[in-house]
Amino acid sequence: MALCRPASSRNLRAGNGAGVSTVALRLAPLLHSYTRGASELQVTGGTLNEMLQDLDRRYPGIRFRLVDEQDRPRRHVRFFVNDADTRDLEMKLRDGDNVYIVGALSGG
Amino acid sequence: MPDETSLLLMIATRKGSFTLRANPERDRFQLEGPQFLGHVVHHIVLDPRDRRTMLLAASTGHLGPTVFRSADAGGSWQEAERPPQFAKAVAGGRKRAVDHVFWLTPGHADEPGVWYAGTSPQGLFRSEDAGRRWEGVAGLNDHPLLDTWTGGEQDGTPDGPKLHSVLIDPRDRRRMYVGMSSGGVFATDDQGATWRPMNRGSLAEFRPDPFPEYGQDPHRVALHPLRPDRLYQQNHCGIYRLDLPDETWIRVGERMPSEVGDIGLPLALHPRDPDTAWVFPMDGSTVWPRVSPGGKPAVYGTGDAGQSWQRLDQGLPREQAWFTVKRQAFCADELAPVGLYFGTTSGSVWASNNEGEQWHCVAQHLPEIYALETALV
Repeated sequence: MALCRPASSRNLRAGNGAGVSTVALRLAPLLHSYTRGASELQVTGGTLNEMLQDLDRRYPGIRFRLVDEQDRPRRHVRFFVNDADTRDLEMKLRDGDNVYIVGALSGG
Repeated sequence: MPDETSLLLMIATRKGSFTLRANPERDRFQLEGPQFLGHVVHHIVLDPRDRRTMLLAASTGHLGPTVFRSADAGGSWQEAERPPQFAKAVAGGRKRAVDHVFWLTPGHADEPGVWYAGTSPQGLFRSEDAGRRWEGVAGLNDHPLLDTWTGGEQDGTPDGPKLHSVLIDPRDRRRMYVGMSSGGVFATDDQGATWRPMNRGSLAEFRPDPFPEYGQDPHRVALHPLRPDRLYQQNHCGIYRLDLPDETWIRVGERMPSEVGDIGLPLALHPRDPDTAWVFPMDGSTVWPRVSPGGKPAVYGTGDAGQSWQRLDQGLPREQAWFTVKRQAFCADELAPVGLYFGTTSGSVWASNNEGEQWHCVAQHLPEIYALETALV
């Protein structure tokens, strides 16, 4: 099946502006159709939400699959920042943080 | 069937999408797929206006809802740039979020590129660019009585409350109908700016007032394209017909055999005869098993607008077959004689190429089937 995704709109290593952190993002396989198979990326943002916005600029549509229209994380999606599980999208990020987005354990 | 076209059956399942392509006699089917393996696919529809644009409503167990669109009848796909989504809530307002896109309907023939989508929870969305970007129909989604009509998000199907059966009058694109489970049937005469309930005569035995103005549970509503003043519905409490301008539903399912009843989920119409329709009855007694009554599946058809019903079970299992057919999983094609198709939650597709006289199983062992649609491609 051919699923066509828009081309990435920015260099993956964008410049780091004031108040903006560069973090190492690891993505679970359920998101790899957006990133053409890439599982590790460098992304920027002063908060988790800003990081997701940066990710969505590069891979349009990915944020809405993770966060609903009221800015709430999807029920079965988990965000880890340096191993801490969080649903707070305003959580501050620092340079060098490790962020992991994964589908929560749920079956059927 | 013209040589250059073939019948395509699009199958939406809980674990992906499949297609069945028929030979001209519709007695052999080639199964293709899966596509979107692992996605929860609620509906796949080919645009009859161009026979190329195909939309597919999907989510996954983890990721949020979206719509995929194809410009080559399913050969390749792109995701919608802006899937259906409710407006961001104002401070203190209710935060509604689309759980899944349940229903897709191409717009009026005079509006190429226009599509409508129904969602869970109940919401109506419109695209004017063949499914790339979707905007809410504010006249319904923001209606001050919407929560009152629907009973809120706790009143719905086990898989969530839904807006479905988006119907457009072929004579007038401003006149539309939707079904809401729960909520009832609603009509607009101004393309969605204003809405009114249209449920007179429709039973809601699960409510204190069994004939309320709204709050019914229509499982499937259909409008006949050649007689748009005629609607049918299969709802939680029976089979109904309505002939405008009288906006009163007449329960035509009472003519069904009492041991079978007139409870079910889907409904299919003959494309050329407004008096002919088919239903798939399921057990609606006690705790609502919603399987073929007695384990003996059958389609029932009427050729006189519900005055009488005929059992159509030749070729179907005679016993111990506990079929459940969901509301989108029964359809008719546009050929002569009409072909009928239904898909079960146990992953089988049954077909008849002679209006239900004889049935054949044409696919089995698929995932749980959510929806079937036919198209000529």
